[in-house]
Amino acid sequence: MTILSVFDIGLVVLILGIGASTIAAREAFPAVIGYVVYGLLLAIAWVRLSAVDVALTEAAIGGGMTGMLLLGAVARLRFAEGNDVRTSLPTRLAAGVMCALIAAGLAIAILSPPDPIPTLAPMVMEHLAQSGLGNPVAGVLFVYRALDTLLEKVVLILALLGVWSLAPDSVWGGIPGLRVYARPGGTLTFLAQLLPPVGIVVAFYMCWVGAKEPGGAFQGGTVLAAMWLLVMIAGLKRIPSISQSWLRLLLVVGPVIFLAIGLAGMVLANAFLDYPAGYAKPLIVAVEVALTLSIGVALGMLASGPPERVRQP
Amino acid sequence: MNLGLDIFTVSAVSAGAFFFLAGTVGLLRFPDSLTRLHALTKVDNLGLGLVVLGLLPQANGLFGALKLVSIWLLVQMSGAIVTQLIAGAVRQRGPHG
Repeated sequence: MTILSVFDIGLVVLILGIGASTIAAREAFPAVIGYVVYGLLLAIAWVRLSAVDVALTEAAIGGGMTGMLLLGAVARLRFAEGNDVRTSLPTRLAAGVMCALIAAGLAIAILSPPDPIPTLAPMVMEHLAQSGLGNPVAGVLFVYRALDTLLEKVVLILALLGVWSLAPDSVWGGIPGLRVYARPGGTLTFLAQLLPPVGIVVAFYMCWVGAKEPGGAFQGGTVLAAMWLLVMIAGLKRIPSISQSWLRLLLVVGPVIFLAIGLAGMVLANAFLDYPAGYAKPLIVAVEVALTLSIGVALGMLASGPPERVRQP
Repeated sequence: MNLGLDIFTVSAVSAGAFFFLAGTVGLLRFPDSLTRLHALTKVDNLGLGLVVLGLLPQANGLFGALKLVSIWLLVQMSGAIVTQLIAGAVRQRGPHG
C-alpha cells in the first residue's frame, strides 16, 4: 500500500465521518460548520481525482458561498418565532426514508455502471484545438454545452429574484438586510482595506486562466463576490438598494452578452451559440469576463438577503 | 545537490507537520477559547511556514515559489485577523455567546 492510498483512505473516512456528524448534529450552527468542512474535504477529494476545476468550484461554491448563505439562514432563524417547534416523528421518518432512497439510487447508479462506461472525453480532446482553448472543461462548458452554461447563469438570476421576492411590498427596491459591523480602525476594516485588491486580481486571474487551465467564471465570480461582501460588511461601502440601475445592469450583462453572441452565431456561424471560425477564443474570454462580473454581483446580492430597509433619499 | 534539497524538504515539511500536530492537540486540550486560538495561530505561522519553506526547492520555477509564499502570507494574514475578530467577540459576549 503506497502512502497515497493511505492518504485517500484517510480522506474518505474523514469525509464520511464529517458527513455523518453533519447529519447527526442537533443544532443548526454545528451542522452548517460541519457542512462547510465537508465541502472543503470534498474539494481535496476532487483534487485527488484530478478534477481541479470541480475542486475549485466545490471549495468556492459548496464550502464558501453556500456555507455563508446557510450561516445567514441560521442567524435569521435564531430571531425568528416558532422555530422551537419540533417536527413530528412521521415527517422526520418520511424525510429520512426519502433521503435514504435517493442515496441508494445514486449508489446503485454509481456502483453498477454500464460496461464500457460511455464517454465523450476522447471526442472532446480531439476537437478541442479548434476552439483555441486549452482546458477541456472550459471547452465543454462554452463550446459543446454552451446552452447549459447559459441557462445556469439565468437560473442564478432567477434565484436572486426569488430571494428579493421575500421582501414585503413596503421595502421593495430597498436595501438588503446584510449586517454591517462598521468600527473605524477595527480589525475588520483593516482586512477589508487590505484583501480586496489581492482578491480582485485573483478573481480575474482565475477567470482569464480558465481558458487554458483550471479556473473560470464561476470561481472568479465567487472570489469577487466575497471581496464585495467583505467591503460591505466592514461598512466601507454602502449596500446598494436593489433598484439601482447599475446593479441590475451588472446582473444581466453576462447572460445578455452570452445570448447576443449566441444569436449572432445563427447569422455568422452555423447555429445558435456557435462561434465564427477563428474567433472562438476571444469571444469565449469576453463572455467569461462579463459572466464573472454578473456572477460576482448575483452571489453578493444573494448573500446580502432580501431588502429590509427603505432606500434613503 | 538534489539529495541535499530533498533532505531539506523532508525535514522542513516534517517539522511543519509536527507544529500542525501540536496545534491540533492544543486546540483539543486547551481550556478556553483564547488559548485555543493561540494554539491555532502557531499552526498558521510556523506549521504552514515550515511546509512552504520545505516545498520551495521543489517549486515549479520562480513563479511557483512566489505563489507558495503568497499563499503563506495570505493564510497568515487571514488567520491573524480572524483570530482577532473571534477573540474580540469572545471578550464582548463571553465564551458562550
